[in-house]
Amino acid sequence: MNYVASIGSYAIMIKEVFKKPTKWRIMRSLILKEIDELIFGSLGILIFISFFIGGVVAIQTALNITSELIPKNLVGFATRQSIILEFAPTFCSIIMAGKVGSYITSSIGTMRVTEQIDALEVMGVNALNYLVFPKIVALLMYPFIIAVSMFVGILGGWMAATFGGHSTSADFAEGLTLDFMPFHVTYAFIKTLVFAFVLATIPSFHGFYMKGGALDVGKASTTSFVWTSIVIVILNGILTQLLLG
Amino acid sequence: MIEVDNIHKSFGNAHILKGISTTFNKGQTNLIIGQSGSGKTVFLKCLLGLHEPEQGTISYDGKAYGKLTGDERRNLRQEMGMVFQGSALFDSMTVEGNVRFPLEMFTKQSKSEMQDRVDFVLKRVNLVDAHHKFPSEISGGMQKRVAIARAIVMNPKYLFCDEPNSGLDPKTAIVIDNLIQEITEEYDITTIINTHDMNSVMEIGKKIIFLKDGLKAWEGTNKDIFKTENEAVTNFVYSSDLFKKVRQMYLEERN
Ligand SMILES: Nc1ncnc2c1ncn2[C@@H]1O[C@H](COP(=O)(O)OP(=O)(O)O)[C@@H](O)[C@H]1O
Ligand SMILES: [Mg+2]
Repeated sequence: MNYVASIGSYAIMIKEVFKKPTKWRIMRSLILKEIDELIFGSLGILIFISFFIGGVVAIQTALNITSELIPKNLVGFATRQSIILEFAPTFCSIIMAGKVGSYITSSIGTMRVTEQIDALEVMGVNALNYLVFPKIVALLMYPFIIAVSMFVGILGGWMAATFGGHSTSADFAEGLTLDFMPFHVTYAFIKTLVFAFVLATIPSFHGFYMKGGALDVGKASTTSFVWTSIVIVILNGILTQLLLG
Repeated sequence: MIEVDNIHKSFGNAHILKGISTTFNKGQTNLIIGQSGSGKTVFLKCLLGLHEPEQGTISYDGKAYGKLTGDERRNLRQEMGMVFQGSALFDSMTVEGNVRFPLEMFTKQSKSEMQDRVDFVLKRVNLVDAHHKFPSEISGGMQKRVAIARAIVMNPKYLFCDEPNSGLDPKTAIVIDNLIQEITEEYDITTIINTHDMNSVMEIGKKIIFLKDGLKAWEGTNKDIFKTENEAVTNFVYSSDLFKKVRQMYLEERN
């Protein structure tokens, strides 16, 4: 594959998405449908995973404190930092690249191979605006589920730490507030919004421009997951250096 | 009427259409025939404006596509209806939703006006009790009818059908062919149909063009196709023994 050409077509696609908008009355119902599918449809899995990862982070931290010199509030502190800074925004986005990303690629890809996209274009509909724009708007609500994920992750950490006998509630709570920097939350949500855009557009790109038949839809979903993850990880590095470095 | 003059279309190094010229008249079913892979779909997509030919002109009732502005092209698009090979119905919408879609997108009609129009075209294609079903819940023949209904709901001047009866049983295929022909004559539409179905050629081939190796190898009517001495056409059309016999009987009867 020619990467430079792909990046070029991706940029052209983004430009097209914002051209010749679909009637608002129709767009509104498309957006609501996507919010239901992409946002509320992902809430369950993210809550489930966040809860257990939060718990495991707390347990692992506690088990690795062997020296008496290390304060007990480290468990809460470490849980908060890892959940807010990395787990919720980045790790959840990789999970979303699998869940939401493959859904987007396969649904748009199926429309491509069954000529439904051609049908839209023949009618004079801007298919990119019709299909991709509502997904971008819906994913503007992505920070909302990431906030839920942060909360549940920390809750999981607290429950594992206290019920597992690794820390007391008081120590954990003290760790949660220790050296708290509000900018860390801002940083996390900036990342989240950038990843939301990536999650909406890269899988759409792979679905929209795919060629072939049903089997190729599956292949496109896999490729899309790989690229979405890679781009998220790279952007995570860049944004972290820019915002915190 | 659509006039095509010397159009060329390539994908990379593959030169698919190598200079095709012809005229498609109004109020009649025009057929494009040729083997699989001969470029019928590419040709149709050029006529639809989905592919831009590198060379040549296409005129719609005298308006050359290449000279139209963006807005004029969009208006022209709304005068076209297309029935895709696999029907290409939107799976996320009901039968009614599919037919209503162009009206919702491009007209300012009220809900009840739209409903009347949707009921009318669905009745026209003889589909009366599938309004609220999804495409996956109806047969291939019914899907084709819905696709035709969706294609004509905006009263098109031009109707394009890509192998409208592929995947249908012979009886349903004839019903669909006849439906397209009736609608074409009734509403005076310029209809162009891609096919490799010999029944269609015999039944509704008011004008036939035969594509081979990217060129128009023959053109004529379904009457002419019995008489032609063009070997490429006879090899293609009379590839089955049955059709060879039919042709022989036809020619003997005339002599
Ligand atoms: N978008 C495309 N990109 C590259 N090649 C294409 C494309 N569309 C069609 N072709 C090629 O053009 C040729 C003609 O295809 P097509 O028009 O679909 O044939 P037909 O409809 O007559 O069966 C085929 O060899 C096909 O591979
Ligand atoms: Mg074809």
